[in-house]
Amino acid sequence: MRIATAKETYIADEGLLTTRTQRAWMIVLALVLVLAPFVLNAYWLYLACLVAINVASATGLNILTGYTGLVSLGQAAFMGVGAYAVAFLDGHLGTPFLVNILAAGLVAALVGVLVGVPSLRVKGLYLAIATIAASFILHFVFTNWVSVTGGMSGVNVAPARLLGMELASPFALYFVIVPITALMVLGAANLFRTRIGRAFIAIRDRDISAEVLGIPLLQYKLMSFALSSFYAGVAGGMWAYFFRVVTPESFPFATSIFFLAAVIVGGLGTILGPILGAAFMTLVPELLKYVVEWLGPVFPNAGAALSPVRTIVFGALIIVFLVFEPQGLAEIVRRIRRFFHLWPFKT
Amino acid sequence: MDFLFFAEVTLAGLGSGALLALTALAFVLIYKATRVINLAVGEILMLGGYLFFAFSAGFGLPVWAAIPLAIAGGGAVGALVERALIRPMLGENPISVFMVTVGLGSVLMGAAELVWNTDPRALPDFMGATPVFIGEAYVSRKIAIGFVVAGVVIALFLLLFRFWRGGVALRATASDQAAAYSCGINVPGVFSLAWIVACATAAGAGILVGAIGGISPTMGVFGLSALVVVIIGGLDSVLGALVGGLLIGVVEAWAGTFLGGEFKLVTTFSLLIAALMIRPYGLFGTVEIERL
Repeated sequence: MRIATAKETYIADEGLLTTRTQRAWMIVLALVLVLAPFVLNAYWLYLACLVAINVASATGLNILTGYTGLVSLGQAAFMGVGAYAVAFLDGHLGTPFLVNILAAGLVAALVGVLVGVPSLRVKGLYLAIATIAASFILHFVFTNWVSVTGGMSGVNVAPARLLGMELASPFALYFVIVPITALMVLGAANLFRTRIGRAFIAIRDRDISAEVLGIPLLQYKLMSFALSSFYAGVAGGMWAYFFRVVTPESFPFATSIFFLAAVIVGGLGTILGPILGAAFMTLVPELLKYVVEWLGPVFPNAGAALSPVRTIVFGALIIVFLVFEPQGLAEIVRRIRRFFHLWPFKT
Repeated sequence: MDFLFFAEVTLAGLGSGALLALTALAFVLIYKATRVINLAVGEILMLGGYLFFAFSAGFGLPVWAAIPLAIAGGGAVGALVERALIRPMLGENPISVFMVTVGLGSVLMGAAELVWNTDPRALPDFMGATPVFIGEAYVSRKIAIGFVVAGVVIALFLLLFRFWRGGVALRATASDQAAAYSCGINVPGVFSLAWIVACATAAGAGILVGAIGGISPTMGVFGLSALVVVIIGGLDSVLGALVGGLLIGVVEAWAGTFLGGEFKLVTTFSLLIAALMIRPYGLFGTVEIERL
């Protein structure tokens, strides 16, 4: 049972980590993240980087959808904007790695603001569909603005260079991608302790009331779009350095659905949610591969069924979580934690 | 510009627009009754095409038996989905229900890939190929038949909404659920009915779409175009689906012919954004007034 956690100051009450157990676990997590690359093999490191990139993007979508209540199905397209920005800067101007990543975020944020403009007039499902439209228009731009994007064949990205070192392997990139993602998650966690973040939450809960309270809706909704696409842009930039080739097919509409699904499966409106959701949704298809391999001797053509089974499992996960666990994985974690907090007593 | 060519393109556009309108009808029916945007309509359409393929080519049934069976199959899927997935979600956040249908679409697509694999297939020909001439303009026979069928079905729906008890019950439910309950209307029954009829319509549209363009597990994308139609026309308006469908069909045909195939989607989606900016609830949709 958790005891002796009475807080005496407002600062203590607002802290991100309020108990000693939480701090201990956070140190354990940090150690695991630092030591992981020395233990894992290349394949799992590759997955770890992919998870980190997806976590960054999903966290951004969570700012928009989970905290501001604006549903977006354009996150993959914003990631694409970031990836193309990195490819362009890297290929044409040769600016350094961190500048490119930051610029990718800023360009994506700008595009996000543009896409967010209809959000004052339309909301809910209509807005979701407006973002679908925006993502198809962006996809069209990726395909047809050949001088920048290289058309259907895409553009190649040179390996990232930082402090004179070439970051080409997942091992090297891990040490860049994971800290950036951690920083972004920390930023998101802090955002909701500030005036801006609380304004977002007010808009989500009831936008007209928020306006009555003196929150300028358009400004804050656009800010939320900008922040969310900034996250997507940075994630897309890391994606570009990770896969080193960007084509219009890299960020299909299905990826936008993937991110929304990840945020929902993880838990809307929680910091932990998109982390768990993105990791879960990225790793489940990989685990399915092992299941298929394991079933190989029993069903000889199980391998051919892998892709459709992944599609089915993806859809089924969304349905199952929404019907049976609408608060997502974060709620399951919360329940487990509550069990230990109250331990000798029943929850 | 050659006027005859222009007329032919426009007629072809009207033909595919009628199919869009038919699919849009499925969106509208479901939205009107249950306030759910069912993104799986495209996949149910695909399923309709595949069911027809299975009954006619697989089991060797004659066309006149395979078409009703495929439509009934679509309706059965609709009934099952409504009862198992949508009913428990009633009263939840509309976005959650929307995402459930997105998941459903993914499941249906995977299932179709699993059963019939990913190769595109052609449906057995049942319409003949002799072209139809309107004046001097050439129209493909399949598109002409599709247009006539879609027109008849939509007219039928408009009449049913006006005169049939079930149609009136559906309109009553759409305008006020509580009042509909207190008038003795079986509201859950209306929900089921709307889903069954809508999914059957989508399956029927799938047969027509498949007969024209062939079937593949990814043909559910057609549902996205139909979604644009309902947003432009207004989510709860049958007339909006008809007008929007023809409009989008013609615009797509013009864009595809005069600008190039890759401009099709981008034109319709730009039109969608423009329409949303000017009329957020669509051309014929009911404007919702929000109060504090």
